[in-house]
Order: sequence, then structure tokens, then C-alpha cells
Amino acid sequence: MDENLRREIILDHYTNPLNKKIPENKENYEKINTNNSSCIDNLDIYIEIKDNLIKDICFTGEACAISTSSCSIMIHNLIGKTIKEAKEYILNFKNMIDELPYNEDILNEALAYNNIYKQNNRKHCAFLPYEGILKILAKYE
Amino acid sequence: MNREDFPMLNKDIIYLDNGATTLKPQVVIDKIVDYYTNYSANAHRGDYDISFKVDQEYEQAREKVRQFINAQKREEIIFTSGSTESLNMIANGFFKNYLEPTDEILITTSEHASNVLPWFHLQNTIGVQVKYIPLDNNHYVTLDNVIKSITPNTKVIALAGITNVIGDERPIKEICHLAHQHNIFVVMDASQYVPHRKTDVVDLDVDFLAFSGHKMCGPTGIGVLYGKKELLEELEPLNLGGGMNESFDSPNEVYFKELPARLEAGTPNIAGAIGLGAAIDYLTKIGMTKIQEYEINLRKYALEKLIKIPYLDILNIESDSGIIAFNVEGIFSQDVAYYLNKYNICVRAGNHCAKNLKSEVGVKNSIRLSLYFYNTESEIDDLVELLSNKEKMRIEMI
Ligand SMILES: Cc1ncc(COP(=O)(O)O)c(C=O)c1O
Repeated sequence: MDENLRREIILDHYTNPLNKKIPENKENYEKINTNNSSCIDNLDIYIEIKDNLIKDICFTGEACAISTSSCSIMIHNLIGKTIKEAKEYILNFKNMIDELPYNEDILNEALAYNNIYKQNNRKHCAFLPYEGILKILAKYE
Repeated sequence: MNREDFPMLNKDIIYLDNGATTLKPQVVIDKIVDYYTNYSANAHRGDYDISFKVDQEYEQAREKVRQFINAQKREEIIFTSGSTESLNMIANGFFKNYLEPTDEILITTSEHASNVLPWFHLQNTIGVQVKYIPLDNNHYVTLDNVIKSITPNTKVIALAGITNVIGDERPIKEICHLAHQHNIFVVMDASQYVPHRKTDVVDLDVDFLAFSGHKMCGPTGIGVLYGKKELLEELEPLNLGGGMNESFDSPNEVYFKELPARLEAGTPNIAGAIGLGAAIDYLTKIGMTKIQEYEINLRKYALEKLIKIPYLDILNIESDSGIIAFNVEGIFSQDVAYYLNKYNICVRAGNHCAKNLKSEVGVKNSIRLSLYFYNTESEIDDLVELLSNKEKMRIEMI
């Protein structure tokens, strides 16, 4: 990916993150905190699941540009997916971060993190929001 | 100054995280290697020459610590793994037995976790109350506010001598004077004090004091618990075992050794203690007063430049140490740290283990520069230049 485009995507989502708010009908959502002991990123993620479908995701908290933008892009990509699709998507994203074979076609803007492995200390920033979501999805078959 | 003494400074880094830990001069490294290379035996088992030498070196290190903080007796110097262990020993070994459920402990919101959680633990186990001395507008502890916070139930005042985010120095001597009139004990977390000030426990008249070797050019894993002898005599050893007992014929015939051995169960951190002794020699040779003056001047130099950057929010304009905490408007502190890291500048981002400070300064996280005597004006210039270009920061922070 072109470096300028990469930066633009990340900065865009950092400056104007999607759904960075507490959802209006909080009671319909499951909430999970995700943070990392080795850095100070700390996000609360709210997810609404109905009939095996991810209907909505919101988040709040304080986090760096990488975590925040990654969360925003994740939300964009996960809303509307079934639990199974979401898990596949996340595994695919994780493979990219871990330098394993992955499918580029389904990641769209999340490809902005395809060279994050070069900065070891930021890998966990990019994956942090996914960790939270995975904890919730684990409860669903 | 003295940069040539530090191998780490040949590595093309600008190290501004001395509040977390300091770099080690070659003399300290050599002293540790010398122990492991030339007389690597246990202590207190002086049946052969090299073990005898270990005893000598270990006790010499204790003597160096004693002189360095001007303690009166060698028994008042206990080697621990660091400030955190020392503070936990003070809380759990002494105050847990001494305090009544109605008693109160005074701390502040700018204390490090290691001077908060041991006291919270006492509140949760024996029912004492932890209360806060309010800070003034510059986040300082004033004698006036101490006076106002004392109640008939106050039994302990536990304060950092210098705090690790704001870097303010507390009037510990005056606080001790006042506290002792009310039969209150004073515990001083001297983690950020002993490395940067000439320390005199007699003049301060503190009852207990804790510090770590690694923040003063010494090795990690070694620290000191100082206490007035009559108080340490009452401090219950939390670790029991080898090295601290006289005899144990049966469970009700266990006899402990005298201080300081009684509070140093198990094989001690010998290399650490000896290394700390070397660090003390090193700092003494430079002179603690000179170190303090140098740091304060360097901070002044840095502050004058940083304050001119309009989008920097400096949390501690007023401060007595080499610490500057700030935020860059609109950029998360960790992103700033990552950006500086690209230029090999090491600074810390986060809450710096002072999570309660949030209520005080209004922000949870910040970037912290903490200087030591080997930092230079030219390092500050490099830092200021990088911080002066916000657009560059935004582009390069990711
Ligand atoms: C004020 C203060 N107290 C206590 C500590 C804990 O020191 P250590 O981690 O060496 O036990 C620190 C170190 O960060 C500190 O700055």
C-alpha cells in the first residue's frame, strides 16, 4: 500500500472514528473492556448481536492513533456480518498482523496495518479492539 | 556531565526516562562482574576466603548506604528488593500490628502505586482509614494542608519526598516535626529523592524511608528500607527462613537473629548490594549537591523552550526536580512517545503508576521527561526541535 494512502486512512479514522460513542439503547448491547498492560490504550467496546448477526458496534475510551483507527475500521467491517463471518474476518486480520498467509480481498481499509509487524510494539495496538470483540464472540458458536 | 562513564550513552539514544530507571556507569557494571567473576560465593558462610570477602563487601555496601543517608546505625539499613518491597514491609510488618481499626493514614493523590496499595491493603484487612492531604494549585503539599488534615486518629503520614509525575519536593522535615508532636509516624517514599538530593535521615527525622538502587545508577532488584532502630526492632519479619534465625529446635523454640539480619531472610541480592555500594561511591564522588543543581538548571533550560510551543500543555510548570510532564494538544501521549522513539528518544507515556493523580490534574495520561545529570542541553534541543513541528509529529506518529 502507498505510504500516503496508508497514513491518510489511519489518520482519517483516528480523527473521525466511526461510532466512538456510548450507544443509545445500551441495554441491547454487550460491553467489554479491552486494554493492554504494556501500553496505556484502554477501550470499552459495545456490541449488539441479534439473530446471529452483528447489528452494531460502538466504542469509547482513550487510545493511540493505531488502536483507535483500527477499532473504527473494524467496526466498519464487522457490522452486518454473521458471527461466523466475523470470526473468519478477525482470524484473517490476525494472520496479516502475524505475517501468516491471509486473504487481502476481504480486508479493505484494514490493509493499512499490513506492515505493522515491522513495529513490534504497535502490533498489539492494531489488534487490541479485535481482542475485545473476540472475547464476546467466543460465547457464540 | 560524566557522560563518558555510561556505556549506554554510546548507543545513540537520548534517554529521558530516568524516573523509571537510570543508566549504569561502567564502575557499577565492573563491580558486579567482579563479584560474579572473582569471588562468587554466598554471604554469611565465611569458612573460606572468597566467602569471607563476600561478607566484607556486602557489609561494606551497607556501611556505604548508611553514610550516604546519614543513618546512625548499621542495623537501621535493611537491604530489600526495592522501594516497593520496603514500603510493603513497613505497612505489613510494622503498621499492621501497631494500628487500631479507628486509626487514619494520610497520603496524597500524587503518590506512586507502591505508596498507595500497601495502605489500601491495611484499610481492607485491619479497617484503618486511608485519607488524602489536599494538594494546592501547583499540586504541592503545604504544611498548612497537613495541619488541616491531621485528626486525633491520624497515626501515619506516608509521602513521597519527591513525586514521580509532578516532581514536587515535600517539606518532609517540617512535616516530621509537626507529626511527631502529635505522635504520628512519618514514612518517606524516597524513590525519587535519594537519587537526586543529599539525604540526611537524622536531619529529616523520618521514621521509615524507602528507596531503590536502580533509580540511582545502581542495579535492579536491590533497594533499602531504613527505619529508626527502635521501630525496626518491632517490625515483624514477613520472610522467615535461612540467614535470619538463631535456632529452631521446635515450633515454639524459634529464635531470630538481631537486626539487620532478622529482616533479610534467604540469600540476599549480593551482587545488587555490592553494585549499589559502587553506585553510591560514584554519586558521592560527583557530589549530590552538584547533581541537584545541574538537574534543576537543565530543567529550567528545557522548560523555557518547551513553554514556547503553543500546543504543549505542561502539567507541572512549578517543580523542584528534573521532571516535566506534558501533553500535546490533540495527540495521544503514547503516539508522541512512539514518534520520539523513531528518533531514539526515550520518554515515558502513561499514568506513571500515579493513577489517583487523574482527579488532581484532570488528565489520565501524559508524557514524562525525567532528567539526570548525564542529560545535556543539546539533547533537550533535539527534543524541542522534534516537538516544535506538529505536522511532522502527526505524520510520523504512525
Ligand atoms: C515515587 C516512587 N515510589 C515508588 C516507586 C517504586 O519503585 P520500585 O519499582 O523500584 O520498587 C517508584 C518507581 O517508579 C517511584 O517513582
